[in-house]
Amino acid sequence: MAWETVLLLLIVFAGTSGELCVTRAMKTIGEVHDFRPSSLLRVMLRAIQVPWMWLGVALMAVAFFSLLGALSMENVSFVVPVTALSYAAGALGGQVFLGERVSRRRWLGVLLVCIGVTLVFLGRK
Amino acid sequence: MTSSAGLHLKTFVLIFLMILFGPLGNVSLSKGMKTIGPISLHSPADLLRVGVQIFQSPFIWLGVLLLLLFFVSYLLVLSWADYSFVQPAGSIAYAVVALLAHFLLKEPISPTRWAGVCVICLGVLIVGHTSPRTTEQK
Repeated sequence: MAWETVLLLLIVFAGTSGELCVTRAMKTIGEVHDFRPSSLLRVMLRAIQVPWMWLGVALMAVAFFSLLGALSMENVSFVVPVTALSYAAGALGGQVFLGERVSRRRWLGVLLVCIGVTLVFLGRK
Repeated sequence: MTSSAGLHLKTFVLIFLMILFGPLGNVSLSKGMKTIGPISLHSPADLLRVGVQIFQSPFIWLGVLLLLLFFVSYLLVLSWADYSFVQPAGSIAYAVVALLAHFLLKEPISPTRWAGVCVICLGVLIVGHTSPRTTEQK
């Protein structure tokens, strides 16, 4: 149970911060207009030159192996819904670390996600 | 500048691919890990043994491939669309995971858990319908 909690927390926090880093990296590259394989390859080659991409990928790798660990213990219909807690982590992190003003409506969504995760926990067996 | 309609179509297509590949990948990983069985880690040698088992499982490789496809769609769409738009648009993926787990993996899902999944989808959707930018007001 303790291990499982650690793995679920790693999926949520490493995954969310990884995604934020990757978003930042892709925004420095700019909008992709051309979907031919050769151009996509060039986009990827540019992407791997951005340090944020590496940090993001490293964090997402941590989240991935935590996911594998959690899936070896629990059903996927339990693990994946619980990872929705990343929305709560995102709203909290945005407000605390980035000074974003999180609207009341957004908090309502986060509250619903938390209620849903609680129900998923309660419906365990 | 891309036309607005074209931008919407390519955003829609890539988000659809995300919703398809992401849940399928997770379900495949789950199948792979369940085939391996419970992991017990008592020594560094155990970690190596589990690692070898993981990378010998075809379901894990299929899952990784599907999640890579998900990831590429995700990266592409993030190059023009807002993170705070793309993340909520994927809310339906939570329902898709539960459906696939139930029908492909025969996981028993209690009514309480179904209710939980639906409430999560709704919550994620509401999170998405809020202002994407709050740090700067013009």
